[in-house]
Amino acid sequence: MSLAEIEAETESKRVGEETGGSLGREAWKRLRRDPVAIIGFVLIAFFVLVALFAPLLAPYAPDAQPGAGTITPTNIPGPSAEHWFGLDELGRDEFSRVVYGARQSLLVGVVSLILGMSLGLLMGFLAGAFGGKVDTVVMRLVDVMLAIPGLLLAIAIAAVMGPSLLSVMIAIAAINVPIFARLLRGQMLAQREADYVLAAQSLGVRRRSIMLGHVLPNSVSPVIVQGTLTLATAIIEAAALSFLGLGSADPGVPEWGRMLASTQRYLASAPHLAFFPGTAIVIAALGFTLLGERLREALDPKYRR
Amino acid sequence: MTAATALLLDVRDLSVTFTRRDRRDVRAVDGVSFDVRQGETVGLVGESGSGKSVTALAVMGLLPDRGVLVDGQVHFDDDDLLTLPRDRMRDIRGRDIAMVFQDPMSSLNPVVPIGVQVTEVLVRHRDMHGEAAREEAAELLRRVGIPDPVRRLKDYPHQLSGGMRQRALISMALACRPRLLIADEPTTALDVTIQAQILELLKELVSDSGTALVLITHDLGVVAGLCDTVHVMYSGRVVESAPRRELFADPRHPYTGGLLGSVPRLDSPRGEPLRPIPGSPTDTLPWAEACAFAPRCAHRIGACTGQPPPLEVTGDRSLRCVNPLAEGEASPNPAVAPPASVPPALEEEPT
Amino acid sequence: MLRFVVRRLFQLVPILFGLSLLLFFWVRALPGGTAVALLGERATPETIAQIERLYGLDRPIWQQYLSFLGRAVRLDFGNSVRTNRPVVEEMLRTFPATIELALAALTFAIVVGIPLGYFAARRYGGWLDSVTVSASLLGVAVPVFFLAYILKYVFAVQLGWLPTAGRQDPRVDAEHPTGFYVLDGIVTGNPAATWDAVEHLILPAIALGSIPLAIIVRITRASVLDVVNEDYVRTAEAKGLLARTITRRHVLRNALLPVVTVIGLQAGLLFSGAILTEKVFGFPGVGNFIYEAISFRDYAVLQGFILVIAAVYVLVNLAVDVSYGLIDPRVRVR
Repeated sequence: MSLAEIEAETESKRVGEETGGSLGREAWKRLRRDPVAIIGFVLIAFFVLVALFAPLLAPYAPDAQPGAGTITPTNIPGPSAEHWFGLDELGRDEFSRVVYGARQSLLVGVVSLILGMSLGLLMGFLAGAFGGKVDTVVMRLVDVMLAIPGLLLAIAIAAVMGPSLLSVMIAIAAINVPIFARLLRGQMLAQREADYVLAAQSLGVRRRSIMLGHVLPNSVSPVIVQGTLTLATAIIEAAALSFLGLGSADPGVPEWGRMLASTQRYLASAPHLAFFPGTAIVIAALGFTLLGERLREALDPKYRR
Repeated sequence: MTAATALLLDVRDLSVTFTRRDRRDVRAVDGVSFDVRQGETVGLVGESGSGKSVTALAVMGLLPDRGVLVDGQVHFDDDDLLTLPRDRMRDIRGRDIAMVFQDPMSSLNPVVPIGVQVTEVLVRHRDMHGEAAREEAAELLRRVGIPDPVRRLKDYPHQLSGGMRQRALISMALACRPRLLIADEPTTALDVTIQAQILELLKELVSDSGTALVLITHDLGVVAGLCDTVHVMYSGRVVESAPRRELFADPRHPYTGGLLGSVPRLDSPRGEPLRPIPGSPTDTLPWAEACAFAPRCAHRIGACTGQPPPLEVTGDRSLRCVNPLAEGEASPNPAVAPPASVPPALEEEPT
Repeated sequence: MLRFVVRRLFQLVPILFGLSLLLFFWVRALPGGTAVALLGERATPETIAQIERLYGLDRPIWQQYLSFLGRAVRLDFGNSVRTNRPVVEEMLRTFPATIELALAALTFAIVVGIPLGYFAARRYGGWLDSVTVSASLLGVAVPVFFLAYILKYVFAVQLGWLPTAGRQDPRVDAEHPTGFYVLDGIVTGNPAATWDAVEHLILPAIALGSIPLAIIVRITRASVLDVVNEDYVRTAEAKGLLARTITRRHVLRNALLPVVTVIGLQAGLLFSGAILTEKVFGFPGVGNFIYEAISFRDYAVLQGFILVIAAVYVLVNLAVDVSYGLIDPRVRVR
């Protein structure tokens, strides 16, 4: 008997054990008491609210140039009372651009997540539910997609589709398809052998209804966790693609990644142009990372330490 | 075993409490006392959760540093093991006191060859190195009955059967001819046929080398074949101690009686049902207020609750019960008869 | 073991086949079709006709694919539109730089990450553990190019301790027989050149290494936490072994198994990160070259590079699998 088991056993000797509710309610209870999860949630709320109310928050339009004419490459004013985040290299209000950038970021993150998750889950479901040849074909396709490093895959797709917001979304979705396909297939394969599935089978429940009624609902929580974490990476990947010049075709559209890229030459004279959009990316991505990690720990007893 | 042999291990009022943040403390061992004389074989018997494994780990100094409070004394030679500096304890472990664990698969390092796992003890405690250590390791494996030991040295744990793995673990434990061996459920994870072989091997090795043995088990059948003295534990306390013959012939604590009654015996009348102890080991009362066994006890009287039952010592027996069984009450056949799970080979008297 | 390697090699065939198919159709799907895509701005009716003849674009599609495959196997990926040199030559020029950077990043991540993860686990719940866990969560959320900017601004621009860009100071007199600049300095007996190359590597390597660092720390920590509770570690303690023997032989040797796998899985992330890091530091490697290829719509370069990078990536994963077999005896016998 290992020490952990001994402890577990002595634990169970306690009188008045906690009565376990449903997994979701338990997890929710744990999350609400978890300061890290709360920080994550607050960051996400902040990010989403800024994105939604950008026109109210931003003093200028993202492409307005209130400082036009006063800007030279060596003189890009930093934060001031009038321009909280300073001006950028074209004399635009950096604060307004960062605020509007949240919209792009949220939009690309959510749409690409939904696209990638739907297709990935569909593929994973087909592979997991039918097995055999379907499984082989789907998983080979997934292998090929995984054989190309994520950003390179996105670059290849964006190159075919030309620079636009839609192509960025599709490119990021493509990175996430194999992740969700593998996740759901793995879940389904693991659960196909689970006792409750065998029990349902022995009661004569049809395979389709077992898959839809038992296996799928039980795979929901890892998908939610992965979805939350993927939102974080999608936001970073979107920034990376626009950093590489593969974002929206309109340079007036404020994208955090492109804002960072265009500031490269002015790093020495105007570091604020790198600091603010960079911090914005971190805040958005950190929120989803923290919440996702804690969600995983709350939902999966294995991660609970 | 004569009383003249010297005291080797003396456990006095040992208590182990697990503490956890935001949770109530759990007292897994609650004032346990027993001693072990040189060459003696002592059984610690109880259901899982009775605190017998934790007792062994406390003696070995293997409980985690944090979240555990250990109280009492464990005298070995002139030292109190509980207060000994960590380095001194490392010197004693594996050399003077060794331990064999329950699950031979998980107790061996899966990515290190058996040979290295044996020789590392020799390197550490016997200052043997290189070829000499390897030869000694092969000899140790041979002595525990592992065939082709030289070749086995290079094998990894997963290449050995369960019984062979437990033999390998025993060879490591006995590598320095310790004076005390603690075996924690050494046969529980093994097939029944292998169990008997391993018990026979343990018995042979300890009697050959004069090693004292503390055998921890839930299986009275294992005790029947091996032990000189038996301590029955329940919920962290010793409830009854007696020489083996007397315990089997005349169990006084209802829990001991229950344990005996729930073991299948060859000599019981055909068709007589086993009498399992009702309830589970988690149905306990705190010792401070009552007898912990009272909720499951058929012999319960009013005096069992309300105050802790005192420990009464008579001769070489002791008992913690206010309403013990009368003589012969528990066993339909007062003769000591080994349970069915122990083959006749084990019936011989220990020398 | 050999059979295991051979079997895994055979499993690569469908992946590489699928990749080549994908990239073949990728070029066809590009705006303007194959010929225009491969020629870029040099596309005139004459050159288009020429390339269509050369690539047999008038032939049936499966013949075109076969000839593409044949050329790919001979590493003939055509010419770069931008530099007008064979793509394979550009690979030979840029790959050593990126491999050097990736190795430096990985070294940094391993050397820092494994001890950090180990000590965080051993002091589980302590301040080092809390800091390490928080930092690794933050590490996931900080984009590598932003971290690169921060490092560059603080250590190169403000403090001036390290160079801001490039692989080698042009004022340093150095020869480059191998293309691995650190190695070149050693081979040519030029310690100044080696030191200069190392100085240029430090910041990009730390920035790029932050990606695997965060993951290595977390996996090491989780893995050590698992292993120290294993029965065999208790057995080792029961044998009275010295703490350092237990750490080395019984804890780390088991705890590092999952870390090795994870390091292998980092190869793809490293390539992605290299593109971004190299751009910030003007580091003349594969990433920078690809970035410029994107800007110039240099599709022949992209096609060739993606194919080769994917092949390398797949081979690295194979190597990780094999090395896993080498260190875990349980895998070996199967």
